[in-house]
Amino acid sequence: MARSVSRPRVGRFGIWIGFAVLLAVLPWIFRSSLALTMLSQMGYLVIICLSYNILLGQGGMLSFGHAVYSGLGSFLAIHAMNLATKGTLPLPIVVIPLVGGLSGLFFAALLGYVTTKKSGTTFAMITLGIGELVAAMSLMFPGFFGGEGGVTTNRVYGGGFLGLTFGTQMQVYYLIVVYCFISTVLMFAFTKTPLGRMLNAVRDNPERVEFIGYSTQRVRYFGFMIAGFFAGIGGALAAINFEIVNASDTLSAARSGGYLFFTFLGGATFFFGPMIGAVLLVLASVLLSEVTKAWILYLGLIFLFMVMYAPGGIASLIMMNVRVAAHRKLHQLWGWYAALTATALVLFVGVAALIELVYHLQLESASGSTLRYLGLMLDTQSIATWLGALAVAIVGGTMFEAVRRRFALEWGRVQGEIEAAMVFKEPDAEMPLGGKAAVREASLGAP
Amino acid sequence: MEFFVISLLNGLSYGLLLFMLSSGLTLIFSMMGVLNFAHTSFYMLGAYLAYSISGVIGFWPALVIAPLLVALIGALFEKYSLRKVHKFGHVPELLVTFGLSYVILEVVQLVWGRATVPYGLPPQLQGPLFTLFGTQFPKSRSFIMLTALLMLLAVWLLLTRTRIGLVIQAALTHPETVESLGHNVPRVFMLVFGGGSALAALAGVIGGNTYVTEPAMAGAVGSIVFVVVVVGGMGSLAGAFLASLLIGVLQTFAVSIDQSLASGLQAVGVPVGPQTFGHELLDLSVAQVAPILPYLLLVLMLIFRPRGLLGKREN
Repeated sequence: MARSVSRPRVGRFGIWIGFAVLLAVLPWIFRSSLALTMLSQMGYLVIICLSYNILLGQGGMLSFGHAVYSGLGSFLAIHAMNLATKGTLPLPIVVIPLVGGLSGLFFAALLGYVTTKKSGTTFAMITLGIGELVAAMSLMFPGFFGGEGGVTTNRVYGGGFLGLTFGTQMQVYYLIVVYCFISTVLMFAFTKTPLGRMLNAVRDNPERVEFIGYSTQRVRYFGFMIAGFFAGIGGALAAINFEIVNASDTLSAARSGGYLFFTFLGGATFFFGPMIGAVLLVLASVLLSEVTKAWILYLGLIFLFMVMYAPGGIASLIMMNVRVAAHRKLHQLWGWYAALTATALVLFVGVAALIELVYHLQLESASGSTLRYLGLMLDTQSIATWLGALAVAIVGGTMFEAVRRRFALEWGRVQGEIEAAMVFKEPDAEMPLGGKAAVREASLGAP
Repeated sequence: MEFFVISLLNGLSYGLLLFMLSSGLTLIFSMMGVLNFAHTSFYMLGAYLAYSISGVIGFWPALVIAPLLVALIGALFEKYSLRKVHKFGHVPELLVTFGLSYVILEVVQLVWGRATVPYGLPPQLQGPLFTLFGTQFPKSRSFIMLTALLMLLAVWLLLTRTRIGLVIQAALTHPETVESLGHNVPRVFMLVFGGGSALAALAGVIGGNTYVTEPAMAGAVGSIVFVVVVVGGMGSLAGAFLASLLIGVLQTFAVSIDQSLASGLQAVGVPVGPQTFGHELLDLSVAQVAPILPYLLLVLMLIFRPRGLLGKREN
């Protein structure tokens, strides 16, 4: 496999410096307090989603119980903070995330020993079972997990650290962001270590890995522990951010499902994919849930279509187009993208109108039969509304399908040209995780 | 004695309901290698559809129609969605069913609301079947047992005594050979997926009115069914049967025992008070621990017998 040394180092340093600068200036671009809250959440969710991708993307391990490690990290961090407040444990707040990380590592070492005995589908079911086990246990020990009300803390304690007390959200944001940056660098570095590479090998061909003398189980186990460590850091930052941890939410299967959902949506085949996922997770749960009550239904449908047509997630869609742009062929596709977007928009407006109408009828019919939708007043009692929405959906769907079929042909032609050019010019070009086949298969519904 | 027999019967009926769920899951898994995450969503869908249908034409027609409708939905999902991701491997297959479980849950809440629906028992199933030591055993639970056993018999006859069953069994091990003999293997897969969904829906129709019909019912039983399948051994129908009964009986007994380790120790003369080390752990009653017993069983099974009760050795 061609190693990435061939790429200029300066470019990579440039990207990291750019990332650091971006993290530093973001709160000065989005200045509202809502934006700052959301940015803080994105910061630690980036860590958690990236740690999840060590399992899903790098190791091919589909875990349904990642919230166990981030959640237990949260709990131990919050108890450490409470002990520090009492003065029994002399820990400044800046090292509390490490407490979370070490507890995540500890529990991953403990539970992961059982979990990583199996791979594939069985692994997925065991993580689900362990997740349920920990969630159910948390209700049995109200002394530690705080029962229904959860555990609270106050992050402002002691004399502060270098003059920082972390009383304001801005200071907390920078604490999160520093950890986010360091964790991201470390996790990226991990993908380049021999262990990280072996994890990829175990994902792709466990049999051959066994042939050359590695224990696949041990490789999975080490990967699992590292993922647990970073998940714990993320969990501890969440506890610092909110100053409350609640077992019924933090350790729930729904939380684990959310990590899986958005890591996949962002893109598990590229390192930066889960970061997109973390941003989307916050945007969806904070903003989308304000706009519509049916947000989970929309997300579920988007997820279904992503799995079917773009299993590499948003990151793979971006990278495929970057590849097209690098070969100066993107201009051939602009028209198609415009047509796809326009027809998809028509389809979406129709389908969303139908969904919103049904939701209104089911949940809010007490507040009258009309609802506002894109500036229009729709009446759930009038047949014309339903027929109109249905007609828009059908027209949009037909046009979209027609455009998509032609686009798939055009896309296949462009990809063919690029591959022909690549074979000719650079015989051992670097491929993204998942290899050439993944890129080809991930193209939008190509036959 | 009375407690023992009644708990055993309740446990068996719950275990047989679990088996109705896990059999469909096992069947689909052993055939297609797909772990259907939305399996218990089909169970829920069966219960809700039966509730709506039985409001119009009664429970007995609903017992047949609701599973058929769910079979149709399952088959359509296999044809238009699952088959498309088959080429990407098992993890995307699991993910697509995971997405489906979200969608079905939202659609159910959209159509029937977020509260429990009043899906009651038909008059023929109300009341006790017999009285044992002064405690009544309800007809509805015996009906679950009867249906599960009939279903087991029917599936067994279908798989071993009919032509389509033999084709299914052959497609399980030698899909290419079966295909070259002129059978449409993708369609066989579609039928199996639809059939498995129908079994889940049948469990929903009779489980929904014996227990509760609510949006949380899929999640409540979902992870237990996965535990059953792992404990029984992935893909083994007989193993699923044993594990279902084991877990059903185990849980039913556990919830009705109000003893704790602390009271046990006190009975044999060891003083246990709030000051004793680990008092919080010792003071938990068996009933409180009941929800985690299946998962503990799963962990123990994986440590001591990783292939499950009747599973084949994995490579």
